[in-house]
Amino acid sequence: MRYLESAVTLEFLPERCVGCGMCAKVCPHEVFRIENKRAVLADRGACMECGACAKNCEHEAISVRAGVGCAAAVLNGMVAGTEPTCDCSGNSSCCG
Amino acid sequence: MTNECECKCACGGTAAGSNAAKAPRVSTQLTLTDRIGAIKVRWGIGRMSYRVVPGLYAVGDPQAESPVLVSANYKMSFDRLRRVLSGRNAWILVLDTDGVNVWCSAGKGTFGTEEIVRRVQLCAVDRVVSHRTLVVPQLGAPGVSAHEVRRRCGFRVEYGPVRAEDLPAFLDAGMKATPGMRRVRFGLRDRIVLIPVELVTGAKYALLLSAVFLLLGGLGAGGYSLAGIRTTGVEGAALVLGAFLGGGILGPILLPWLPGRAFSVKGAVLGLVFAAGPGIYSLLGNGLATSWLHAATWLALAPALTSFVVMNFTGASTFTSLSGVQREMRYALPMQAAFAVIGLGFWLSGLFVA
Repeated sequence: MRYLESAVTLEFLPERCVGCGMCAKVCPHEVFRIENKRAVLADRGACMECGACAKNCEHEAISVRAGVGCAAAVLNGMVAGTEPTCDCSGNSSCCG
Repeated sequence: MTNECECKCACGGTAAGSNAAKAPRVSTQLTLTDRIGAIKVRWGIGRMSYRVVPGLYAVGDPQAESPVLVSANYKMSFDRLRRVLSGRNAWILVLDTDGVNVWCSAGKGTFGTEEIVRRVQLCAVDRVVSHRTLVVPQLGAPGVSAHEVRRRCGFRVEYGPVRAEDLPAFLDAGMKATPGMRRVRFGLRDRIVLIPVELVTGAKYALLLSAVFLLLGGLGAGGYSLAGIRTTGVEGAALVLGAFLGGGILGPILLPWLPGRAFSVKGAVLGLVFAAGPGIYSLLGNGLATSWLHAATWLALAPALTSFVVMNFTGASTFTSLSGVQREMRYALPMQAAFAVIGLGFWLSGLFVA
């Protein structure tokens, strides 16, 4: 299953990569692959913008606008006039 | 063990040195109460009281060289973890995530660098174990910065597999995950278990809306009538509930096979299929104008409702992105609203045309 690929905000600067492999390790959708001891953006469209890769890249080679792909969170944000927010203190289904 | 305690660690706070002896030992066998609790949580009952006191726990007879496995204080996460550790010796470090599972709390940052560093220090993990490795679930990575954790408390973060079930194999392989262990799946079973809580969450809105239809059904050219409630009102309420249940149950089940990538489109298609039957039936019925209005009502309202319900399933899915959901909602919300208003208009007109 794949989602809207053109909307993805993930950016990768290969010149900063030292090939530590963390991005490939933490990505649950195999967006990054390690080839010749360097990361390559193998499947950008599969990115779900969880932000794990950027957070674990010590050399700041990755940037992404991280957030939850959750319509309820976006609606919450619209109503409250804030950024999308997952109300996980309630019985929100995103917290299963 | 389900009572939250902010003030201290389950291991006995910062009483260094004696932590190993003080860490509560947990069983790898789930009791009937645990299993019933899990079912209740799936139905959204007492979900937020399903917590574990944060702190350090012992599984088996852990020693200084035993692995430290990090988890969230959502009891379902904790139970999954301890269950797979049968016959092993390990430490479990439970973070305070407000009773939210690993992935969601990582997204919010409560399962994060800050809390790991704090909990490691509170429980004096460096005095309990001789090594300097924490096994963190891979889905905790959106909140955890491995290099920051290392810099701030000296512990190396080793990301474990996505699923707890793969943990024994991961540990036996010397903390090496196969590519399959790193991928998040969203199979039929994964989707089905999410259905109950989706239904419970949306039920109050669906019931409210169907009650409105039920009551409005009494309206008619000749005034308000009970007969109208019994016929048109019940039919309208059934339409709303049917679309809600159809979207909420069949949406997740049929997700990969419904056309389109946007969940709202998938939902709308599902609604159209639902509405086709009753729509055609209405057209074949007697009274031409009413039949047409009936059919138009079904064909506008059902897709609007199912589209909205299935769009909300983006939050429970494992592959949607925030940017994508925002893009999708920009056109889906106005369309859903428009079709709902149009459908309601047809339905109300039908009340007075008969």
